[in-house]
Amino acid sequence: MADKEVKLMKGNEVIAHAAVRCGCDGYFGYPITPQSEVMETLMELEPWKTTGMVVLQAESEVSSINMVYGGAATGKKVMTSSSSPGVSLMSEGLSYIAASELPCLVVNCQRGGPGLGTIQPSQGDYFQACKGGGHGDYHLIVLAPASVQEMHDFVGLGFDLAFKYRNPAMILADGAIGQMMEKVVLAPQQPRRTQEELLAQCGKWATTGKGERKEQNICTSLELQSELMEKINERMQAKYREIEQNEARWEEIECEDADYIIVAFGSSARICSATVEMARKEGLKVGLLRPITLYPFPTKPIEALAERGVKGFLSVELNAGQMVEDVRLAVEGKAPVKHYGRMGGMMFNPQDVLDELKDKLVK
Amino acid sequence: MAEVEIKAENLVYGKPRLITDEVMHYCPGCSHGTVHKLVAEVIEEMGLEGASVGVSPVGCSVFAYRYIDIDWIEAAHGRACAVATAAKRLNPQNLVFTYQGDGDLAAIGAGETIHAAARGENIVTIFINNAIYGMTGGQMSPTTLLGMKTATTPYGRDPQLNGFPYKIADMMAHLDGATYITRQSVHTPAAVRKCKKAIRKAFENSMAGNGYSLVEVVATCNSGWKLSPVAANKWMEENMVPVYPLGDIKSTTLPK
Repeated sequence: MADKEVKLMKGNEVIAHAAVRCGCDGYFGYPITPQSEVMETLMELEPWKTTGMVVLQAESEVSSINMVYGGAATGKKVMTSSSSPGVSLMSEGLSYIAASELPCLVVNCQRGGPGLGTIQPSQGDYFQACKGGGHGDYHLIVLAPASVQEMHDFVGLGFDLAFKYRNPAMILADGAIGQMMEKVVLAPQQPRRTQEELLAQCGKWATTGKGERKEQNICTSLELQSELMEKINERMQAKYREIEQNEARWEEIECEDADYIIVAFGSSARICSATVEMARKEGLKVGLLRPITLYPFPTKPIEALAERGVKGFLSVELNAGQMVEDVRLAVEGKAPVKHYGRMGGMMFNPQDVLDELKDKLVK
Repeated sequence: MAEVEIKAENLVYGKPRLITDEVMHYCPGCSHGTVHKLVAEVIEEMGLEGASVGVSPVGCSVFAYRYIDIDWIEAAHGRACAVATAAKRLNPQNLVFTYQGDGDLAAIGAGETIHAAARGENIVTIFINNAIYGMTGGQMSPTTLLGMKTATTPYGRDPQLNGFPYKIADMMAHLDGATYITRQSVHTPAAVRKCKKAIRKAFENSMAGNGYSLVEVVATCNSGWKLSPVAANKWMEENMVPVYPLGDIKSTTLPK
């Protein structure tokens, strides 16, 4: 494989290429529209012949996430991908992986729900990704790509954050980002870590087999003594506070002088960036704040904009109003916060968003 | 009492090195302790102490990692074979085995177990079949015998109401990827010796890359069955063994 390549690719295909190139050790997945190209591309690439990466089609999403758990427990760089109903099935496993403090990467190429829903794009899994999904007090680190290039870049970033904090990371994409083709600059091939490198990084906890080590390594989330289980929870919560402190990422487009702020992520943000241009042409000072991490949520910049005197916020999402709750928490009543969304796989266009903004906020 | 010095040449039996000093939570008379000992002995004898990863289930043996001094992954209920699949594929040099009960393996984990076997994963499953959910308090499991009283079949398992028990080992013997399927017990010294041989054969099978191995151990749960340890052994022999007959069910090589 050449060092740096510029290609025209689908978002889903790029996930596969980026995984191989960043030295991923294993992918475990189950087919589901609209993300099946991830595993299909990996099977075409046959990375087990080049980098030695394991690729396996599991019998269900329940199984694939538990394969990810088993692989992550041995310190390997492992991942899966799915779409909304499949991610629901993975929720139990994600809770276990977070509770066992293991690193991994999960890609959710969202489709419209609830239930079997539709195969068209949606952002209806914001709550599931950011507020739990599975049981208990845990968080995933959630990255929201708005382009095919970001689909690529967030594979490496997701793994880096997952290993830094020993916590599962999720790329929360949607059917639009997964299916659309764009130019992408592929990263050069990184070698997979050697076992020595893996031991240096994860030797204190990974179940690699004891080797010369005296103490057992055990990956478990079980502690029946409440006093100790509370301590474990407190340790995890301290980690989440650290993540919130250090890892919030966002992009601001024309926010500096804006009277009105649109908050939107992923494919919605792409549409809303055109809304900002249209509004500015009409003399309406509109800006766009695009959260790149959904957890940790970029609370501080939104709070700062509210304090500066922004007249209103519009949270634009492909759902019935999920992220808007976090925007409201950040604004804390300093300005009106409204939601505009479409559901069931339907998209809005830039003019729809502008009309809604005027109707709901500019009076 | 003065401490007695044991000379090496006089030592005919000892606790396996890999069994930790942790006090086991198992009830007196339970089969788990014996099977743990056999697993520990075989790992030692094969020299795999440093290259073994066990996957413990949800159930009575959830704490297996406290008792056998190797690396362990504690799986979610039923998911042990999926966990083991990746742990082995990513670390083929290791011995990777799951240790599961009948609720974990044959009920909630039937899918993961059957598909790992069908794929011919080079892992071993030690399957403790005592026909009951022990840890949860003695409820019916898929292998509970007809007529058997449990917490959820207080008048005995009625097939009209509760369905029939099934023999998952016999079912799995039909899978090409499963090359060694055996059913053992540990209720007599002779049975213990046979069971140990079976565990050794299964571990060797997996390390040779010959696909999936299952060692079912027909076991007692005297607390759950509400019998004394001795009576539980007798009940098992008279009632369990006719339904789950002992011996090798399949021993072969992977099809080309």
